[in-house]
This record gives sequence, structure tokens and C-alpha cells, in this order.
Amino acid sequence: MPTFVRTDKCDGCKGQDKTACMYICPHDLMKLDKDGSETGHAMRAFNQEPEQCWECYSCVKICPQQAIEARHYADIVPLGGSVQPLRGTDSIMWTIKFRNGTLKRFKFPIRTTPEGSIDPYGGKPEADMSKIEEPGFFVQCNGYRSGDPSELIKV
Amino acid sequence: MAGEFGNPEVVEEEVDILLIGGGMACCGAAYEVMRWAEGTDLKIRLVDKAAMDRSGAVAMGLSAINTYIGTEQDPADYTRMVSNDLMGITRDDLAYDVGRHVDESVHLFEEWGLPIWKTDENGERFDGSKGMTPLKDGGKPVRSGKWQIMINGESYKWIVAEAAKKALGTDNIQERVFIVKLVNDKNDSNRVAGAVGFSVREDKVFVYKAKAILLAAGGCVNIFRPRSVGEGTGRAWYPVWNAGSTYSMAAEAGAEMTLMENRFVPTRFKDGYGPVGAWFLLFKSQATNATGEIYMQRNKEMLDDYPPYGQAAVPASCLRNHLMLKEMKEGRGPIWMDTVTALANLRETLTPREVKHLEAEAWEDFLDMCVGQCGIWVGENIEPEKKNSELMPTEPYLLGSHSGCCGIWVSGPTDVGAPTDEGLGEGIPEHLPKGWNWGYRAMTTVTGLWTAGDGVGASGHKFSSGSHAEGRLAAKAMVKFCLDNKDYSPELDTSVEDLVAEIYKPVRNYMEFKDYSTAIDVNPNYITPKMLQFRLQKIMDEYVAGVATYYTTNSHMLEVAGEKIDMLKEDAEKMRAKDLHELLRAWENYHRIITAEAHMKHIEFRQESRYPGFYYRMDKNFVDEENWKCFVNSVYDKETKKWTCFKRAHVDLVDKSKLFK
Repeated sequence: MPTFVRTDKCDGCKGQDKTACMYICPHDLMKLDKDGSETGHAMRAFNQEPEQCWECYSCVKICPQQAIEARHYADIVPLGGSVQPLRGTDSIMWTIKFRNGTLKRFKFPIRTTPEGSIDPYGGKPEADMSKIEEPGFFVQCNGYRSGDPSELIKV
Repeated sequence: MAGEFGNPEVVEEEVDILLIGGGMACCGAAYEVMRWAEGTDLKIRLVDKAAMDRSGAVAMGLSAINTYIGTEQDPADYTRMVSNDLMGITRDDLAYDVGRHVDESVHLFEEWGLPIWKTDENGERFDGSKGMTPLKDGGKPVRSGKWQIMINGESYKWIVAEAAKKALGTDNIQERVFIVKLVNDKNDSNRVAGAVGFSVREDKVFVYKAKAILLAAGGCVNIFRPRSVGEGTGRAWYPVWNAGSTYSMAAEAGAEMTLMENRFVPTRFKDGYGPVGAWFLLFKSQATNATGEIYMQRNKEMLDDYPPYGQAAVPASCLRNHLMLKEMKEGRGPIWMDTVTALANLRETLTPREVKHLEAEAWEDFLDMCVGQCGIWVGENIEPEKKNSELMPTEPYLLGSHSGCCGIWVSGPTDVGAPTDEGLGEGIPEHLPKGWNWGYRAMTTVTGLWTAGDGVGASGHKFSSGSHAEGRLAAKAMVKFCLDNKDYSPELDTSVEDLVAEIYKPVRNYMEFKDYSTAIDVNPNYITPKMLQFRLQKIMDEYVAGVATYYTTNSHMLEVAGEKIDMLKEDAEKMRAKDLHELLRAWENYHRIITAEAHMKHIEFRQESRYPGFYYRMDKNFVDEENWKCFVNSVYDKETKKWTCFKRAHVDLVDKSKLFK
């Protein structure tokens, strides 16, 4: 299901140096056609290598204009369905349209804390350098399972 | 000086610790390393070829965390499971160490905001947004299997990356730079002194010197011809951007590799590669042949051919494929996941509210980690409660974090009884360490080079959480190493000029010859990375046990493959890159070739079929416990471009007989 960019919605992220989809694509697929020489549509992004698209939807989810959708792999999937997300800060809404017109909607949580709120070392101890060669991490979150020593047959 | 295409600007930097990759392992390392490095003045840098928010295998998200030990199970139980699933040959020390540490990372994920499903006292399950008791305080997860817990994981990577990026600080992160080669030390060929790569956004080559390097750039996808060869090529099961960079760069730097013959052939929803775990384990679905027979029951006596691995409560993953392949080969396909019966059975005991929730759960399982499978469902009008879906074994994948264990031989923990002074057996090069630990946890046999996640061989089933934990273990050891080696100053064994020339060779090939022919892609002087990849995939598929031969090969076919790969390696020097994007593909495919060659050489060396269902050496179609219950390890000589394979003895550190009581 390669992603595609709608000419009527993409604004090339308003002429910034790189678009949101270029920033996020894990496989370097999205490209901004600045002068229209590659697609005929100046200042629009496009998927430059659709047969390498993993359908991870990272570009679809991040696009500020909701200009990116997916057209399911043409060599596998019959036409007519669509799976489109709207990702918010704490949840994601999926609109799912079947080839036969059946429509479903689902909403799932995506995170329980505000985006950008993580304080990685807040309330965490400093590392104890005297323990750098012992098992365990700098912080204990009640998850270290020391195990039954009798299970280790060579100790 | 700004670079231009063909004449890049060279950026040279010296750091203490270099993290290559931005996936779960490097995010774990980033989080841990900065705390241990506080006040030490160590310079730390992370380099990712993509954007950390969505890089690595968890980019799309996940619907489950597959390794969570919990309070009811012992790390030794986990170690036993890992061993049996991988046909008895894993490093118990490595699995055990992941097992005792992994929940620490999961508890952090929940604290950072990852929603984790919970069950209440009545056994009803709730999504992770309901504010129920966190795992660390005794909250009960929803188990979709003995080791797996369900999550609302669309933003899993986003969350983990946020913590890692904040820990590191923006100035210490370099995104969109693809490291393609490690550089050994001028004064010690078994030591790493740096790494080089290029920006995929601007004409810049980066040359890093470092005391300690963590190479954690994922497993290897697309060395075999995939089942879909049109647009669907991208729909690999594992992320299509995992190009074997971890294995090839480590091997070329001289690291000892282990179990590179191992592969994973996941059985997944056909074409979309949707996950099956929740369907089997949470929804209690069965897989059947065309006529509704459950092949795991119909063919169960086939498990007796592979004692003891077939006789555990959960037989090894490869053997489950083995039983399914019999149905396919004998003409009783297609194979079905009976979602209709499974959901009907569940509906019998549920309230309407719970039924509604169940439907959402079934869809979320795909939407969180494999949206493409939903694409197939909507295109083919499949509603799982009304219509069953096909299952299919995929093309092979090489990895060390899922149900696979190929990778790099690393130093393990010192307190779990691992061998320390085993003599070097026949054929083991003398410079390699004895025993299973040699000073710094997760360091490879190359001084200064670490790995984690998919990079660590002989210990599968760490998945996302275990890879994060493994990165943290490596980070600690790297800090210790840097403090112990304060006076060491890395010196590259190759000049910067030569390194830059090597990296940009595909660009030069293009610039020099592009006007020779009218069609840009057809030119006798160079080969496009895409065509080179097709050639590799064809060789691997047809000779090295891909889907074309139902995963079978033999010594003769491997010999032919060897000749063809030799020529492919020569032609790799003639790859062209018409832009930076194609330069990225060129180097990815070079990494794929080296990884594929390792895979082929190891299969050739191991005189048995250790993983029936994943591959069969038809000339040695048996498991030979007496002679081959051992590691097959190897080293690569970057000068002669040849592999040397050898055996390392296997030892159990936990009692495996408990699996069969």
C-alpha cells in the first residue's frame, strides 16, 4: 500500500527546508518536488520509491494537511478500500472503508502523558559508580528479577 | 565549505562513545549512558539513518510487548523457552541476563506514557488509558501468551525516542546520516577506532573517531526474493530498511559472528504479514488446512522426529512451520486462520459491550503495528468474524531479537556460570577470546565494538523491550570501558581521503559513465542498486533455500550460490548512485550481500538441518545432536574477502529437562 500525496492538499509544508513527511519517513521515500520537474506539481511532496514503502503510515500520521493517504499495493489488493488515521496527542482515530462500502471507526489511546512531557531523569537517582560492574541499571523500577539462584546449574 | 554531489564536504569528529542506530537498543543505550556518564566529560553521539521518532523495527508501533517476565516467572524459565524455540543452541547467559533486566525497561515505558492493557479483579480487560494500577505497583497486564503483554502501542517508538532524545540532548544526535563502515585502529587491527558514513540530505561525509562504538542497526530484510515483487515488495514482515548493516559492518571490522545460519520464516497473514500472536494466544484461534483440519494435531507425530525440541509444551517455531509445510507441499492448502470460529466461541461468553470491545481489539492488533494487513482486509472485504484469512510462511529474515538468533558473538555476564576458560577448539582463530565473557558486557570480540538487539547472536526472543534493556547493559559497559581507557586515542587505519573515495564510489561511477548511454539505467559500466538487489534475491531464493524451493538446498546448490555471490560482490564495486537516495540504497545493498554471504557460508558449514521448517539441507536432512549441538561461528577477512567458519562448544547453564516434565 504505497502512500500517495494529494495535490489538492499538500502545501509542501509551506516552503520550509524539508517537509514533515521527509523528516519522518524511516526509509527516505518522501521527496519535495520544489520546481515541479519530477512530478509536474511544484512544491508538493511525493513518494519517490513506492515499491519500497512498508506502509508504516508515519508520513500519513504526521502530515499537517492530511494530504497523504495510502492506495493499497496494486499487485496484491483489489481497489476501493481505504484505511485512514487521524492521530491526535493522546489517541488515534481510524476510519476504515471496505471495497463493498462497509464503514468502521475505531479510536485507540496512544499515550497517557502529554507529548513532550517526559522528564527522563526526574526523581531518579544518580548512577552509583561503585556498581557499574554489577547487574542492574542506574535506576530500579521494581522490575529487576533476580531469579532463583538454584536454577543456575553451574553457579 | 559546502559540498556538492560528487565532491562532499568532509566532517571529522572525535567522540568517546558513538551509538550507531536509533531503534530500541540505541534508545535504551542513550537513556542509560547519559546517567552513568554524568560528570565524566565523555562525549557521546548517536547517529541514525532515519528520524528517531519513527526509526527501527518499532517505527510503525506494536500491539504487544513480547518479553515481560513478571513476578510469577523466573529468568530461568525465560531462558529455557528461548533455548527450546531456537532448537537448543542459544547462550543461556545472554538470555538469562535479558530476562532479569527486561521488566525494568517495560516499567519505564509505562511511566513515560505507553498505555498497557490491564485486567481487573473479575478478569475483564481494559485498554491502557484507564489509569489502572501500573505494572511496577502490581497492576495485572493482559497476557496474550506466557511472555507477551498487550499494549496500545501506536506511539511506542515515539515515546521511547522522546525519553532517549531528551536524555542525550539534541546536540548529541545526528539524524539522516547513514554509517556504512567501521574503521579499525591503525595500531591494533582487532580494535575499532571509528566509523564513517554520509548524509542522505546534503553532500557531506562524516568521519567519526570513537573509543567505544555501539553498533545496533537492526537485522536483515530483503536478501531473499520476497513473495510480492511489485509494489508489494515493500510489505516485508520485518522493516524493509533493516539492511544487514549491523552484521556486515561488524564482520568487516573482524567481529566473530555466531549462528548466521539461523533465519526466521514467520508464518503470518498472507500478503499483509499481519501478526498472528494475538489471534493464536489471545483469541484462541486455530490454523487449519483447506478442509478445516488442524495441522498441528493432524501432523503431530512429526514433532517426534525432533526430540526433545518438538516435545515441549510449545514446540519450536520452526517445527510449527514444518508441520504446516507438509500440508502445503501435499496439496492441502490454502492454510487458514479460523478467525470466524474463534470469535464466535468468544462471543458466547461475552456481553454485547465486550463483543464490541473484542472487535476493536482484533482491528487494533493490526492497526498498531501492521496497517497494511487492514488494507488487505478492506480491499478483499474480510471481516474476521465473517470470513477467514489465509496464512503463509514468508521469505526468510535474518535477525537476533525475534524468533531468530543470528548475530554477533558478545561478552556475557560473569555471574551466571558461563564458561570462562574453555579451550579453543579445532579451527578457532587464536586471537579470539576463550569462554563467554571477556571483560565488558555486550562487547564483541573486537575491542571497543559493542552491539545489542538484533546484533546480539545466540539469544533470540528479546523483542522490543529486551533490545532496549540490552542497549542499556551495553551502555554501562561502554562507560566503564571509556573510563578504563582514558589515555587511548583512536587512530584510523585508513586515510580520510580513501574513506571518502570509497563511500562516494557509486556516485563517481555514475558521474563518470552517465553519458555513455541514452537510457540512464542501462549502461555496461555500472549497475543500479535495485538490479543488484534483484540479483542477490534471485540467488538466495533459488539456491539458498528461499520460497522458490520450499526452503530446501544442498551442498551443490550452495556451491553454485557461492560462485554467483563472488561475482555479485565484484560487481557491487560498480554500483551507481545518481543521487544521495540511491547512494543510501547502494550501501544498504552492499550490506545485504555480505550478510547473505555469511548466511550461505554458515548453512554450508553446518552439516545438518538444525531448523526444519525454516530451511532444509536436503543432503543432511536431520538434526544431529551428537555432532552439531554447537555454535557455528565465523570471522571475515576484509582483505581476502573470505569467511572462516568454526565450531564453539555449547553448554547449558539452566536445566532444560524442566521443559519436558
